[in-house]
Amino acid sequence: MLPLRLEEVSFLHIIKPLSLDIEAGPSTIILGANGAGKSVLMRLMHGLLAPTAGKISWSSSGRQAMVFQRPIMLRRSVLANVVYALKLAGQRADAAMEALREVGLVHLAHKPARVLSGGEQQRLALARAWALHPEVLFLDEPTASLDPSATREIEAVIRAFDAAGTKIVMATHNLGQARRLGDEVIYLHQGRVVERAPADRFFSQPATAEAAAFIKGELPWG
Amino acid sequence: MLDIFADLRLWEIVVLSLEVSLAAVLLATALGLPLGAAVAVGRFPGRSAAIVLLNALMGLPPVVVGLAVYLLLSRAGPLGELGLLFTPGAMVIAQTVLITPIIAALARQAIEDAWREYEEQLRSLGAHGIGAALTLIWDTRFSLVTAVLAGLGRASAEVGAVMIVGGNIDGVTRVMTTTIALETSKGDLPLALGVGVVLIAIVLALNAAAMLVKEAAQRRYG
Repeated sequence: MLPLRLEEVSFLHIIKPLSLDIEAGPSTIILGANGAGKSVLMRLMHGLLAPTAGKISWSSSGRQAMVFQRPIMLRRSVLANVVYALKLAGQRADAAMEALREVGLVHLAHKPARVLSGGEQQRLALARAWALHPEVLFLDEPTASLDPSATREIEAVIRAFDAAGTKIVMATHNLGQARRLGDEVIYLHQGRVVERAPADRFFSQPATAEAAAFIKGELPWG
Repeated sequence: MLDIFADLRLWEIVVLSLEVSLAAVLLATALGLPLGAAVAVGRFPGRSAAIVLLNALMGLPPVVVGLAVYLLLSRAGPLGELGLLFTPGAMVIAQTVLITPIIAALARQAIEDAWREYEEQLRSLGAHGIGAALTLIWDTRFSLVTAVLAGLGRASAEVGAVMIVGGNIDGVTRVMTTTIALETSKGDLPLALGVGVVLIAIVLALNAAAMLVKEAAQRRYG
């Protein structure tokens, strides 16, 4: 289904007209400060928002999933949350347990999902995505509200997705996470793609002043 | 006073009151929840007007509803052939008309709040339309209990509509509220008061039972 092609896509004043191809393979990190337009760009690509102008097209149809900063759990058991996603996708419910095993939640399968901790809920959100075997997984700041140990667990699952061949597209403002998980970085600043580069090069030799300032931890407008 | 209660066949009156009100609540729930969910999730022209109308209909005057149902069911009315006027069936119809807007309006609010929280996640998973509405009804089930209880409260306390369409016929359509009205006008205040206490006790017991079930379930499911 990849590449995903964005042509002169804009959204209100948040995303300025931008063109972008998201290719299959290495994981893509969308990096930027709060308010840079990362979440909106993710939602445009996933199809939750329609662009104000421009065109977004996939080369073929296929399955995609998205994990949000704040996971939304249905008021039912952990297992039933995964089964719900499978049924909507027209798939058999058998895969649900295997997905829970993947994220280490089998022992909580019959607990109500809403009483899990934040980290467990986010792992369940990943299990729900895992069960669908998506070709592309969008992640919008999946660890922004989690503590370091929960963050490590989530990152391990994201690596497993990557290893299983799912294309990862993740928005984050966390430089460490971008370094750990990113193969390439798209740096977004005030709704524009300022720089796009392989992660190594982006962090060692940023080509633009804005990206260099962000990496050094300076305020981008300072 | 116990003798008078026995003469009045109080038990029959209590049972009929409960039968009429519970039947009306059942019907109004079956109609009101889908209606509330449709308005909550749907995007159609005139939606705002529909919400205003639903909220306004919560305050329908019972005597006006009674009169309208009376006209419908009277011998010359469009539904006169059913022969329902002055039967418990007519009382159920009148109360259903009265409380469906209450349940629908309160359900609409609860389901719309949930939709705001769930929308992106459900759309991402591919839920929409009726499927999404059913998911929301199930997930807001604890809040909806309160909507149904509000309907029950209105139905069991209501006198104007059942008086008009039921006729307060002894042994046929006499319920607790019409008994109280009748005995008060006859001057038998102790009896009226006694029936009133029974009515309030029953309403309290029903609400307490519903609240206990709701709280236990909420603790379990979060």
